[in-house]
Amino acid sequence: MTTTVVEPDTVRRANTRAVLRQVLGISTLGPLAALFLAGIFFSIKSDRFLTGTNLSLVVQQVMVVGTLAIGQTLVILTAGIDLSNGAIMALGNIMMTSLAVESGLNPYLAIALGLLACAGFGLLNGGLVTSLRLPPFIVTLGTLNIAFALTHIYSDEQTVSGLPSELTYFGKTFSIGQTDVTYGSVLMLLLFALIWYVLSQTAAGRHVYAVGDNPEAARRTGIQTRRLLLTVYAAAGLIYGIAALLLVSRTGVGDPNAGQTDNLDSITAVVLGGTSLFGGRGNVVGTLIGALIVGVIRNGLQLIGTKSIYQVLITGILVIAAVSVDQIVRRRNQ
Amino acid sequence: MSVTADETTKAGREDIVFEARGLVKRYGHVTALDGCDFELRAGEVLAIIGDNGAGKSTLIKALSGAVTPDLGGFLLDGHPVRFHSPADARAHGIETVYQDLAVAPALDIASNMFLGREIRRRGPLGSVLRMLDKPAMKRQAAQQMSELKIGLRSMTNPVEELSGGQRQGVAVARAAAFARKLVIMDEPTAALGVRESGQVLDLIRRIRDRGLPVILISHNMPQVFEVSDRIHIQRLGRRVALITPKEHTMAEAVAIMTGAMPGRAEKEPVATADDGAGTITAAPASGVSTVGVPVASAMPTRQVRKSTRSLTDTIGKS
Repeated sequence: MTTTVVEPDTVRRANTRAVLRQVLGISTLGPLAALFLAGIFFSIKSDRFLTGTNLSLVVQQVMVVGTLAIGQTLVILTAGIDLSNGAIMALGNIMMTSLAVESGLNPYLAIALGLLACAGFGLLNGGLVTSLRLPPFIVTLGTLNIAFALTHIYSDEQTVSGLPSELTYFGKTFSIGQTDVTYGSVLMLLLFALIWYVLSQTAAGRHVYAVGDNPEAARRTGIQTRRLLLTVYAAAGLIYGIAALLLVSRTGVGDPNAGQTDNLDSITAVVLGGTSLFGGRGNVVGTLIGALIVGVIRNGLQLIGTKSIYQVLITGILVIAAVSVDQIVRRRNQ
Repeated sequence: MSVTADETTKAGREDIVFEARGLVKRYGHVTALDGCDFELRAGEVLAIIGDNGAGKSTLIKALSGAVTPDLGGFLLDGHPVRFHSPADARAHGIETVYQDLAVAPALDIASNMFLGREIRRRGPLGSVLRMLDKPAMKRQAAQQMSELKIGLRSMTNPVEELSGGQRQGVAVARAAAFARKLVIMDEPTAALGVRESGQVLDLIRRIRDRGLPVILISHNMPQVFEVSDRIHIQRLGRRVALITPKEHTMAEAVAIMTGAMPGRAEKEPVATADDGAGTITAAPASGVSTVGVPVASAMPTRQVRKSTRSLTDTIGKS
């Protein structure tokens, strides 16, 4: 009866890691370093990079994909993936604009209906994943096509313009010193803060991680895993609706062809931010950094006059690097 | 050819914490439980052994609420209970530890301990903003760990950085922390090495010594004989014997389990000892053998436990 479950070397190793984690925040350290390196590189190459106006522009440019990536992070944390978010956003975008302009609805009602449609699509994804136990990849590939088709049928391939000012509110700016900041950027950052809070400070957030990490263990501890997944997909859908509103504000039109590659861009942001595609580890702060990395590289390469295709090349290399690091870390821990 | 009756069941019914009578569970044409009885007494480690297909896992599922039997009922502390889900059983104070380390590896120790039962901050922070009380959970987790002498100090380490034995330690500590009536351990050492298994067995004893009875399901005979006070032998969907490691050898247990030796031939459950006859007769099992086997020890439970404990202590120290 004298034995205890102590293994001194294991404990010591774990303690060292815990200290490292607390000081450096391991999972977001890599992405943060990459962001800083890119920032330093471009501020050396171009004196226009490190200005308030330019940095505000970067945030503005990542506003839509960044918001999509918040929902994507939630889904990926549960070990899912959402290919449909760009198409859902496009549908919300066309609904909000078309209902307000073509149908002459109250703009706020049009926004509400657009948000509702996006949340509904999220719920559909969640329902198919939980009740039929279909793989999220296939479910969202299906809903991607459905939402895409609905967008084009509903809009009749027409771009909606002449929007009421309520729809483009988040494109408006206010000034901090010399810098103009859009309300949309602020909304995105607030949404990041909210989801960070939910994920890190509430029981529901813990359960999201647990379901992605070990669904069986989560179920056995009494977590209602299906209901949780359904909520996650529906919440993600609502967030895509907010992204749709930001897209309207940013472009000033309802374009049925908008957001077609944004699904992959949002996955890129999540992966660059250090969230594991296997679920259960990562956070939205990383996703924000990941989205900013893409934004900074795009912006910086434009500033120094490089062809935009190099941005795609570099993003591709970074994605491979990010998943490799994730894989290596996972393997070492097993 | 007469054998000693199960004296332990006559030792006083108020001692019985959890009891099942005549459980029947059929899956199509397969009868997994065929009038199975079960009894767990206060302060004991009861092992359940049985060959594959003996209905052992169905019995455990019924006890932990994962399966609802077609017939038969449960008494928990003398009150009839019926479980429709594991959550039901948990709500009645029954916690289960599973073999495959049912923890979330990326979450830290405290989070795993309180998973699904998180503590929230007091006041509006908790009730409105649903904020977790992380310090309280960390503190209580650490206290639980030290009470059970699980040598884990930092509650913020992810479970994946622990050894297999330590992970199972977390799962066991969680069960012990929340169980009010009893703990079920389903093959808790199956995924562990020899040394780590020993540590988990120590934990089982500590939990029993803290007053929680433990149901241990294991394939590992030496472990069963080392740690248990009584052994429930399951065969062909029924309990065929209730023995003690003191009175029986491993070979006998295996013989009863496989049917090479009759445990009890009557359909009557072993534990209907209210008849007071003191003896039941073991009928020959399909002409194989006519050797009578004591169904259980004639020694009162407490005495048995004491002797078992001193035996295990000796083993532990050697």
